[in-house]
Amino acid sequence: MSAKALGPVRRKFAPWNDPSAVPLIKIRDVSKAFGSFTAVNNVSLDIYEREFFALLGPSGCGKTTLMRMLAGFETPSAGSISIAGEDLAGTPPHKRPVNMMFQSYALFPHMSVEKNIAFGLEMDKLPKGEITARVEEMLKLVKLETFAKRKPHQLSGGQRQRVALARSIAKRPKVLLLDEPLGALDKKLREETQFELLDLQMALGMTFVIVTHDQDEAMTMADRIAVMNHGQFVQISPPAELYEQPVSKYVADFIGDINLLEGRVTKNERGHIVLGSEVTGGRIESLGETVAGLGDKAWFAVRPEKVSIDLQPPNDPTVNTASGTVWDIGYVGDISVYHVKLDNGGTMRASIANTRRVVERPISWEDKVFLTWAPDSGIVLTK
Amino acid sequence: MANPLQAQNRRWILTAIPYLWMVIFFLVPFFIVLKISFSNSEIAQPPYSPVFDFLTDGWDESLDKLTSLTTDNYLRLIQDSIYSSSYLSSLWIAGSSTVMMLFIAYPIAYGMARAPKSWRPTLVMMVILPFWTSFLIRVYAWIAILSEEGLLNSALAWLGVIDEPIQILSTNTAVYIGILYSYLPFMVLPLYSNLEKMDDSLIEAAKDLGCTQIGAFWRVTFPLSLPGVIAGCFLVFIPAVGEFVIPDLLGGSDTIMIGKTMWEEFFNNRDWPAASGVAIALLIILMIPIMIFQANEARQQEAGR
Ligand SMILES: Nc1ncnc2c1ncn2[C@@H]1O[C@H](COP(=O)(O)OP(=O)(O)OP(=O)(O)O)[C@@H](O)[C@H]1O
Ligand SMILES: [Mg+2]
Repeated sequence: MSAKALGPVRRKFAPWNDPSAVPLIKIRDVSKAFGSFTAVNNVSLDIYEREFFALLGPSGCGKTTLMRMLAGFETPSAGSISIAGEDLAGTPPHKRPVNMMFQSYALFPHMSVEKNIAFGLEMDKLPKGEITARVEEMLKLVKLETFAKRKPHQLSGGQRQRVALARSIAKRPKVLLLDEPLGALDKKLREETQFELLDLQMALGMTFVIVTHDQDEAMTMADRIAVMNHGQFVQISPPAELYEQPVSKYVADFIGDINLLEGRVTKNERGHIVLGSEVTGGRIESLGETVAGLGDKAWFAVRPEKVSIDLQPPNDPTVNTASGTVWDIGYVGDISVYHVKLDNGGTMRASIANTRRVVERPISWEDKVFLTWAPDSGIVLTK
Repeated sequence: MANPLQAQNRRWILTAIPYLWMVIFFLVPFFIVLKISFSNSEIAQPPYSPVFDFLTDGWDESLDKLTSLTTDNYLRLIQDSIYSSSYLSSLWIAGSSTVMMLFIAYPIAYGMARAPKSWRPTLVMMVILPFWTSFLIRVYAWIAILSEEGLLNSALAWLGVIDEPIQILSTNTAVYIGILYSYLPFMVLPLYSNLEKMDDSLIEAAKDLGCTQIGAFWRVTFPLSLPGVIAGCFLVFIPAVGEFVIPDLLGGSDTIMIGKTMWEEFFNNRDWPAASGVAIALLIILMIPIMIFQANEARQQEAGR
């Protein structure tokens, strides 16, 4: 999990690498059991001020449960949660410096848009004038000025979602929890809103914790992503690191598309690893470290866009190469994905950017092809 | 496959059935009662006149009979204070028991709606269960409970709370108890069905935004349950106004309710026209709350919840 391997750190914002930084949210050894079922299993996590943190994982892995513990709707079965140095055990939801945007929006159906947004401010007993001003500001922010007097059932799904967002940020909470905030939106509106959310977070300087099971969403928005599975964190990393340096086959497979080539370690020294692989019928050489010892089973993981496909055999047909026949070509607009049946069994995928209009592909179905990749294009995984 | 004409006929018949039902079981009786209410009381069989007979009456005779119709019965309703005080006392008893009922039924319905899902059908069953025995028997049972030698007095005496039996039976208190007991499900069920489908996340959202549990109840749960409250209130109020059995069996001689007054006109005085006038006037008085009730139902359906 070291960011150093990424080369020069592009992101300036990386408090998690700074040992002196004090986290805003501290989650320590938290578990949550429903009866005999453990929904969240002994997780620890630090989230820093102004961070945009995403929880990513398959359905039922415990994302919402973790959120609800932060908001105070569930009590942890074990462990502690603190925000800004204050232990939240026993603090009821209405006293937490946290607001939540609900997966279902949970707008009050009997109140107009402006009443919904004003709700939290009225609870704080702010002066009337200030409430009006703040509501107006929020309406402007989510571009719903002309809808102030409407009831939620008179709005479209996207508008409702924006009201829910406005309502949850109106109180300017230290931490905003968003549970699949964009789930109900179409792709275009979703992408627009993603950027709006990012702008908002920048402008307001709040800390966002967002739940999603859309990996693209997490990748575009988050400073760091926690991949969850079965109530546990599998990996917590910035998006690029998650993509380039997954810690396990599970993460590699979950984020984007990847080829996993099984082999046995035949050499492992000074950042240079060699696998003998039956799948490729040769050696796989890789740069990097691995805990695997000689003779251990391991997988070389390489993304399809880092695999070259060619009709001509490479110079050295024994290293970092595999041969096979094209059995399918997926055209995705910007890229074409070639599905190749390897001669030794198994399949691999290589994707090529479509930089020209594809009229006639040089490589076609049933063609005999050679796949090659560079030693630094992938990583060796042991689990 | 049916030909279009047949299909159309069938549809016509289907829509006609409810109308036919209304005509036979509501409109026809209504117009009979309406007509009697404009008739004169007679000591005869039937005890009113005129009696139209469209088969044998000639044109002149029919006209004569028509002019002999009278509005006296309605004038009497206004002039004789026994009627206005019966109406007022009925409205008062029905209204105040509706309010009391709301206070009793709301917590019950709320508790039922909050109970674990697997218990709820049983709880609903328990509310409906008394309906499986005759209404009359249940009211008679209250006589046994409330009378001077009844269960309640014996229990209180045994506990040493009272020395002398207290008079509950044959008072308005007994009438209230009877109404509250008998109509409870009419209030609980609409409230329950409203509260049960309420989205929990709304309450959580309210708390999240700074509401206490009680605050969330008053700002979110209660306002959203108003359609249920209104439905329950009218389902109790409307039949309670015309209630006859409960005041007759549990009330005393000073309990006056319009249902009882009507019964006395009809059976004791054999004054069918006066009784009909009372009934029609009651219907008109209840028309207002019934219309509000229907408007509420329509609005609820429109809102789709
Ligand atoms: N109140 C509850 N009682 C019992 N089990 C629960 C309860 N709430 C959640 N669970 C279980 O805990 C697990 C995690 O649920 P959670 O809602 O956190 O999943 P999630 O990651 O948010 O999934 P999704 O992406 O589908 O929203 C699920 O298996 C769920 O069935
Ligand atoms: Mg969820």
